Amino acid sequence: MARYAREVAVVAFAQSDHLRRTDELSEVEMVMPVLHQVLAATGLKAGEIGFTCSGSSDYLAGRAFSFTMTLDGVGAWPPISESHVEMDGAWALYEAWVKIQTGEADTALVYAYGKSSPGSVRDVLTRQLDPYYLAPLWPDSVALAALQAQALIDAGETDERALAAIGARSRAAAEANPHAQLRGAVPQGDYQVRPLRTWDCPPIGDGVAAVILAAGDLARQLCERPAWITGIDHRIEAHGLGLRDLTDSPSTRIAAEHAGVFEAPVDTAELHAPFSSQEVVLRKALGLGDGDGVAVNPSGGALAANPVMAAGLIRIGEAAARIHRGESDRAVAHATSGPCLQQNLVAVLEGDRA
Amino acid sequence: MTAASPPEVLRAPLIVEFPFTRSLGPVQSAFLTGLREGVVLGVKTSGGKVVVPPVEYDPVTAEEVRELVEVAATGTVTTWAWNGRPRPHQPLDTPFAWVLVKFDGADTALLHALDVPGPEAVRTGMRVRVRWAADRTGAITDIACFEPYEGPAGAEAVPHDGVFADAVTGIVAEARLDYVYSPGRAQTAYINALSERRTVGERCPSCHKVYVPPRGACPTCGVATTDQVEVGPAGTVTTYCIVNIKARNLDIEVPYVYAHIALDGAGLALHGRIGGIPYDQVRMGLRVEPVWTEGGRHPDHYRPTGEPDADYDAYKELI
Ligand SMILES: [Zn+2]
Repeated sequence: MARYAREVAVVAFAQSDHLRRTDELSEVEMVMPVLHQVLAATGLKAGEIGFTCSGSSDYLAGRAFSFTMTLDGVGAWPPISESHVEMDGAWALYEAWVKIQTGEADTALVYAYGKSSPGSVRDVLTRQLDPYYLAPLWPDSVALAALQAQALIDAGETDERALAAIGARSRAAAEANPHAQLRGAVPQGDYQVRPLRTWDCPPIGDGVAAVILAAGDLARQLCERPAWITGIDHRIEAHGLGLRDLTDSPSTRIAAEHAGVFEAPVDTAELHAPFSSQEVVLRKALGLGDGDGVAVNPSGGALAANPVMAAGLIRIGEAAARIHRGESDRAVAHATSGPCLQQNLVAVLEGDRA
Repeated sequence: MTAASPPEVLRAPLIVEFPFTRSLGPVQSAFLTGLREGVVLGVKTSGGKVVVPPVEYDPVTAEEVRELVEVAATGTVTTWAWNGRPRPHQPLDTPFAWVLVKFDGADTALLHALDVPGPEAVRTGMRVRVRWAADRTGAITDIACFEPYEGPAGAEAVPHDGVFADAVTGIVAEARLDYVYSPGRAQTAYINALSERRTVGERCPSCHKVYVPPRGACPTCGVATTDQVEVGPAGTVTTYCIVNIKARNLDIEVPYVYAHIALDGAGLALHGRIGGIPYDQVRMGLRVEPVWTEGGRHPDHYRPTGEPDADYDAYKELI
């Protein structure tokens, strides 16, 4: 049964309210309250954490090594065991999980933040593209998602009405999420890049998320119902968009197989689909179908709040929080990074049965 | 000590520009040189697939791919998206379609722009051809865009040696991103106080250390520093170095002294230039004060106060 050397669980999750702008806050000022909240949930002090790992991107802030400033908020003196990924915080969580698996730590604090408001995130994200064939053309993130959406429509896998329903369902679900940026009846809006309209696209905003991981009995002491990570894996596809079948996500499917998603039914799926069309691709890759009792993005998902670099970690946190609250027994959480679902991380979270 | 007042948000434009200079491998060099010469090249993988734009390693097997082929400058749209509001730097400044185009003879698609009057003029499967840029340098932008083309598909890829006179071996990837920077609550208070020629730090409520400039958090305790504390104006040189190399765009004569200065009341040193004293007479423990220039937003430099030097024990914790 044991897939891994150690049992590791998400024992706490916290996030900020996600807002269009946070000009009055520096990054550490934005991050710190969330760190305090997640630590308070476990009773741990910053100095008691075995390993700290964060995810963010300098390109959002336009400043080199911007993440180092936020370390003031975790109590980085005297020196701590710490690392950073220039990726969504879900990958920071993966690194922390590996650190615990190796026995080098028993607890980890994982946090991620994105402050997109200083720049134009659509243009900023073009800088992550292949520098020879793509970046000189400045195709923005909405344009690339729109190409994928049209490919899905051409393949008969969705249509504009079905995409609109995904946006509406997500924002309706977000009514119950006090942290979400967009809630309720959001106007469908004009085409941003056809076939994607405003509500097929995520809001642009600033936000923070943090989770605490713990191993074995320590997890049971820190949390009444730990969300055990019973499987986790991540995969990447070829970066050439024209080399890929944009209507499918084989990397998600392989990661899900390795994480054990298909070994038993899930009751919750938190999918990192910043664009409505990407949910169609992910449902297919994860075998979720259209409505067979699985709660898909009950938090509202990335269509309700998409702080870049934190939105994937939030999916893991939201799935774990449902297990903590007893609303889920077996959940799948997914995070993505890069254009058109280029990189995908899949985790299975399970609660102890009563 | 006063509680922080609500911040007046400071903002300033922040421009990040970078001309990344990148070298090309043999396949990319042939492809981009080919574009300059009006020729579209791809590579053939060991599985017989023709990849355009070419890669140097097979995405499936990771094998090196070096067999170059020429494909037609015509192709078929495999998917598209209508861009009604072009953004800066994009290939066309009038509304256009983003397209993935499979060149005739290729098995994969290339991303570019299609120049058509409106979305009704685009469909998946439509035939297109390259519109070449007037001035070509060996870059993906040598394809100005695609345009509609009424012609049959079916051209086959043909072998090509990839040899051109004066091959392109590198590209310069120019980029500019515009931001509006806001420094946040703590640094806004610091900058605003400086404009009144005051230096304001923040005290940690837990360990009571005073940080200047404040960043809003105590790195030891991991808590917000919210109590403002005015420090200085005088301070003590805790350590220093002598700068002998003249920086570009800086009209300070060398050699000069750059020092760590612990302002009176501060829990750590900030840095500044020392003036008003020969460079070789600056020493640890020297007492200094800020010198402000007319209209300056921060002290121009620090000069000796004339007081006796501080005792080593008084500042050794701040070095
Ligand atoms: Zn402190």
